[in-house]
Amino acid sequence: MKSLEEIDEIRKKVRADLDLRVNENANTQEKHILVCGGTGCTSSKSPVIIENLKRLIKENNITNVKVIQTGCFGLCAKGPIVIVRPEDVFYALVKPEDAEDIINIHIKENKIVERLLCKDIDESVVKKLDELNFYKKQERIALNNCGKIDPENIDEYIAFDGYKALEKCLFELNPDEVIKIVSDSGLRGRGGAGFPTGKKWSFTKMAEGDQKYVVCNADEGDPGAFMDRSILEGTPHSVIEAMMIAGFAVGANKGYIYVRAEYPIAVRRFQIAIDQAKEYGILGKNIWNTGFDFDLEIRLGAGAFVCGEETALLESIEGRRGQPRLKPPFPANSGLWGKPTLINNVETYANIPGIILNGAEWYSNIGTETSKGTKVFALGGNVNNIGLVEVPMGTTLREIVFDIGGGIPNGRKFKAAQTGGPSGGCIPEEHLDTPIDYESLGAIGSMMGSGGLIVMDDSKCMVNLAKFYLEFTVDESCGKCTPCRIGTKRMLEILQKICDGNGEEEDLEKLEKLALNIKKASLCGLGQTAPNPVLSTLKYFREEYLAHIRNKTCPAGECKALAKYHINPDLCKGCGLCKRNCPVGAISGEVKQPHVIDEKKCIKCGACAEKCPFKAISK
Amino acid sequence: MNECKCGNSKENLELKEILKKYEKDKSNLIQILNQVQEKYGYISTEAQKEISEYLGISMAEVYGVITFYSRFTLKPKGKYNIAVCLGTACFVKGSEKVLDKVKEILKIDVGQTTENGLFSIEATRCVGACGLAPVFTVNDEVYGKATPEMVESIIKRIREEENSVAEK
Amino acid sequence: MINLTIDGLNVSVPEGTTILEAARTVGIDIPTLCFLKDINEVGDCRMCIVEVAGRKGFATSCIQKVEEGMVVKTNSKDVTEAREVVLDLILSNHHKDCLTCVRNGNCELQKLAQKYNLQDVEYSGELCEHKKDLESPSIVRDFNKCVLCRRCVATCKKVQKIGAIDVANRGFNSCVSTVENRSLNDVNCTNCGQCIMSCPTGALREKDNTKDVWKQIKDDDKFVVVQTAPAVRAALGEEFGFPIGTNVTGKMVTALKRIGFDKVFDTNTGADFTIVEEANELIDRLNNNGVLPMITSCSPGWVKYIEMNYNEQLEHLSSCKSPHQMFGALIKSYYSEKINVDPEKICVVSVMPCIAKKFEANREEMNVNNVKDVDYVITTRELARMIKQAGIDFIKLDDSKFDDPMGEATGAGAIFGTTGGVMEAALRTAAERITGKTLRNVNFEEIRGEQGIKRAVVKMGDKEVKAVVAHGLGNAQIIMDEIKNGKADYQFVEIMACPGGCIMGGGQPIRSSKERATIDIRKLRADCLYDIDEKSVIRKSHENPVLKKIYEDYLEEPGSHKAHELLHTSYVKREKYNM
Repeated sequence: MKSLEEIDEIRKKVRADLDLRVNENANTQEKHILVCGGTGCTSSKSPVIIENLKRLIKENNITNVKVIQTGCFGLCAKGPIVIVRPEDVFYALVKPEDAEDIINIHIKENKIVERLLCKDIDESVVKKLDELNFYKKQERIALNNCGKIDPENIDEYIAFDGYKALEKCLFELNPDEVIKIVSDSGLRGRGGAGFPTGKKWSFTKMAEGDQKYVVCNADEGDPGAFMDRSILEGTPHSVIEAMMIAGFAVGANKGYIYVRAEYPIAVRRFQIAIDQAKEYGILGKNIWNTGFDFDLEIRLGAGAFVCGEETALLESIEGRRGQPRLKPPFPANSGLWGKPTLINNVETYANIPGIILNGAEWYSNIGTETSKGTKVFALGGNVNNIGLVEVPMGTTLREIVFDIGGGIPNGRKFKAAQTGGPSGGCIPEEHLDTPIDYESLGAIGSMMGSGGLIVMDDSKCMVNLAKFYLEFTVDESCGKCTPCRIGTKRMLEILQKICDGNGEEEDLEKLEKLALNIKKASLCGLGQTAPNPVLSTLKYFREEYLAHIRNKTCPAGECKALAKYHINPDLCKGCGLCKRNCPVGAISGEVKQPHVIDEKKCIKCGACAEKCPFKAISK
Repeated sequence: MNECKCGNSKENLELKEILKKYEKDKSNLIQILNQVQEKYGYISTEAQKEISEYLGISMAEVYGVITFYSRFTLKPKGKYNIAVCLGTACFVKGSEKVLDKVKEILKIDVGQTTENGLFSIEATRCVGACGLAPVFTVNDEVYGKATPEMVESIIKRIREEENSVAEK
Repeated sequence: MINLTIDGLNVSVPEGTTILEAARTVGIDIPTLCFLKDINEVGDCRMCIVEVAGRKGFATSCIQKVEEGMVVKTNSKDVTEAREVVLDLILSNHHKDCLTCVRNGNCELQKLAQKYNLQDVEYSGELCEHKKDLESPSIVRDFNKCVLCRRCVATCKKVQKIGAIDVANRGFNSCVSTVENRSLNDVNCTNCGQCIMSCPTGALREKDNTKDVWKQIKDDDKFVVVQTAPAVRAALGEEFGFPIGTNVTGKMVTALKRIGFDKVFDTNTGADFTIVEEANELIDRLNNNGVLPMITSCSPGWVKYIEMNYNEQLEHLSSCKSPHQMFGALIKSYYSEKINVDPEKICVVSVMPCIAKKFEANREEMNVNNVKDVDYVITTRELARMIKQAGIDFIKLDDSKFDDPMGEATGAGAIFGTTGGVMEAALRTAAERITGKTLRNVNFEEIRGEQGIKRAVVKMGDKEVKAVVAHGLGNAQIIMDEIKNGKADYQFVEIMACPGGCIMGGGQPIRSSKERATIDIRKLRADCLYDIDEKSVIRKSHENPVLKKIYEDYLEEPGSHKAHELLHTSYVKREKYNM
């Protein structure tokens, strides 16, 4: 147990010790080697880098250097990332064996390991992380601590104003004032639909109930999105603090965080954070003698996308199949075990401490008229800088894809960006200058969603992409209501028919009619948005659908059944390699004579094209 | 776990240890199943029965919950579980080709285990290594920037290792 | 009162009314499929969607409550199109073998398809394929006909508190399943059949034994005796268009004779035996410090339930066989001697409102000297089918009487078919046995009616008997927990597996969700039995002349060795799951 004074002391002391993390000119002999411990970098062996660094430090009897495992820096494409502070040198794509050079050259000789420095898209060598184009248009609020602190050490969180917002709420504000700040900040739910957060809090506060709950939705199911995971891995205490503030505001003393079991690192770090907060008496009974109690528990998900829907999530916490409940009643009135329940997602919570500390206006000055603050996106797909970005609302898609994301690799052209995951839509080039906010994205047939942003180049078939998303929803539909359970399956069947080259023009009308009715008649958000990827691609890429139907071709060449492999007789040297590799004997030809493919026999596996040393085979 | 009916097999005692950690509260079902799945790699009929009795819910409901969540399986996975990520980022980067290759080599479909119990295939949604897309994992090991050739050589390597162990 | 408009009509209904109910008051029929009042109100099927002005998306009318000033459209272009698409989708995943389906003509899905004039399925595609479960002696599951309304699941789980079935898998592969899709025979199913009563289609049905019975009737070597339970006469008429609660005893007997049964007896007589034996057992337990409370044992679903769930409490169960088993045993002993026909050649068929009776008749305990008490059990529904098959115009039939010498029964036997009836009949006999005086008021009003658990204190001379009546296994569970935890201060308990008792049994005519929501079916059928009782000259089981004669000639006295051999049984500890 720590008194408020003791915590303040920790804050002062540790903040001074950590000055080198944020101040290049910090007056210290110490060095901190920060290694990214996010899931992405962990997958490419960052724990081994840490191990090696620590071993070398010990072997060399170095005493002034610490190795810190941090949360995600953001630029996953260049991971594993290592940064040495205070001089702020940024090493990219580090391998475990590179630890030798970092210790021997950088630490011992005080020289930069040039070969580990990062090259930006324009081939310029960058020494500091901030110098990268990737970071220039970003503004970090939710991700503020990620990459800065050791998420497994509560003192480091406290050092950077951690739990100060909670203190402010408990000692200086009443619940209504807290809710007013949140309302005035203009913060809206970052989980997808963008419901005003302050309103949600106030509904839950007004609801009558002897017991209320605060829930954090960390069931980030959009495939390819990892904002929430990174926040939990990088700054778990921010979420704990925010949930406590929410509990204070709405009158709840029990919280649950529902996390995907597929996020073991996030779960582990969050549990450590809970344990530490309990040890300090920050979580528990009669916190800082204010009479406010708060207890927090982790509940693990078990692999069901629909559990990201708030009522399905509640069902799952209660130990059942994650099947959504009909709304109304809304969780604010009848949530967990029928009690008033506040549900926000991780990123929403992560904004709260900053808003409380810096004021509503500070936050509402960022962003657009209707969408305030920043939004975190997981940028992925055919884009150079894959990673996590946090930008002010109103930033355009073009800025994200080209300035931050560094454009499309391999000299290909931008074709579409997909936001909102399986619930969102595809945005074509003509709408690249759309500013990112809830309303604008909705107006062009997509949605903000939780923050997945997948870029596609011109080698991607939009029909196939729509089919991919439908496969996902069919797989993830809970099966409760008819339109989603059977309707999405029928949509998928029609798409399959088109991709197989058996589509008819009237299929598009059927598809549209079905899609619109599924949207209208489905019970929950999943079904109501499931047709979006199809509707948006039909809207912007109808020609591509028609090419599949009328000409039986896939312009992007992705749909296997429609591919026609052809040997260019001018390039073919008659080596026979393709003939030998064809699994069905569809290729014939004499040695040193151009070969030909029998279309009737060809199963379009592409083996011939892969093997051809002269690139004579194309589809 | 299937064979023993006496209720005191080692597995059963371990299961009881897991159960003891939780209150007899229905809402603990998914937490318990997660633990059992992690410990045994699947959830056997016996385990379902034990859990159903412990929490006082019917076996049909336990089964309903198990079959709802994709993390839970009713059969053991292979010694090497190859999970290909079909998250959007990986899909856009061609993970389907990797999955097709695995299926072709092992001659089984997603969710199945080879007859010798060596391999099973899983299609996962985002393992969180989008920067390395496309990605697949073999048990806990992550393989990034994957290609069909890469997965082919890894399977080959595992087979060779297993064969040499068998010969010894 | 809340005022709103529905399709332009002004409607005024009490607060808390749903849009669906409000619409029904002005003759607007919003279609439903998954809705089952008070049991399954989940809004899954999406058939009942309506438009509410000013609201985004459709409202789910079966759940959504009315609000002041609400403007509802139940048939707008958008609503109709969405509903048609939803219905089309349901049919696209339905095995449409209506002609050979048991529910042909009484299927809620079929009616919707007719109503929406569906002429073709627009979105046809892959059909789910499920293996039929034919192993249970009582229930056939064919989930190829399932529309996933989950009414059966809710009934099994929430009303009966059994949970033999639940929804498994997800998405398109969702299905209603037992654990690991095993046979109902191997899981905790009690065979009550309430799931069948909830099913809007033919996905759940009784195991049909009509072919077996026809075979026996056509066999010249067989002397086929049929007996009919009290609840059957109160409901059989519904299958032929009679109003609910019409007593069709006379026509039923005529029809049975025309079908070709050699003798038509009344299970009510069997019920009189049960009462006399049971009252005797109760008095014995009361006087000799026996295990109390004593619980009735004539509901086989209930018996299987206690055998599986409370098998430490089996001693509380009366050892009496159920009426039709007692009666079967008497037919194959006393009556067989009387008419001098080898019991092996006698075939006893019971017409029951119950499908658990099919299981019961096959229990090992239900035979005397290796002769089964009852050979076949058919339900009210199966009897109706046999009548139709035989080309009998039921409506035009004259009345007939049950055959002698085992056809005469008391009013006490008749009320066996409704909740509280067994208790009431037993109290009538017990009271007279204990006090030795004539009971003047034979009506025990406090144990009649729909309440799930009914409690009464009955004075019998210097004795006070506390009685409890529970119906529906969910309520049985409450009572059993009281007994298990030593909280029971009562001596006699009646439990019926089905809510409402036998008249609402799993073998009775199936009424639609709408009828169940708008008509008190239980009361109408129960009133029919109470009316039979009121009109009976003899209303106490022990006064039944047939019964008296059989005791005199054959059984000696209640609880005698002979009576035990023929009329009593034993129970087993049963595993809930055989796996």
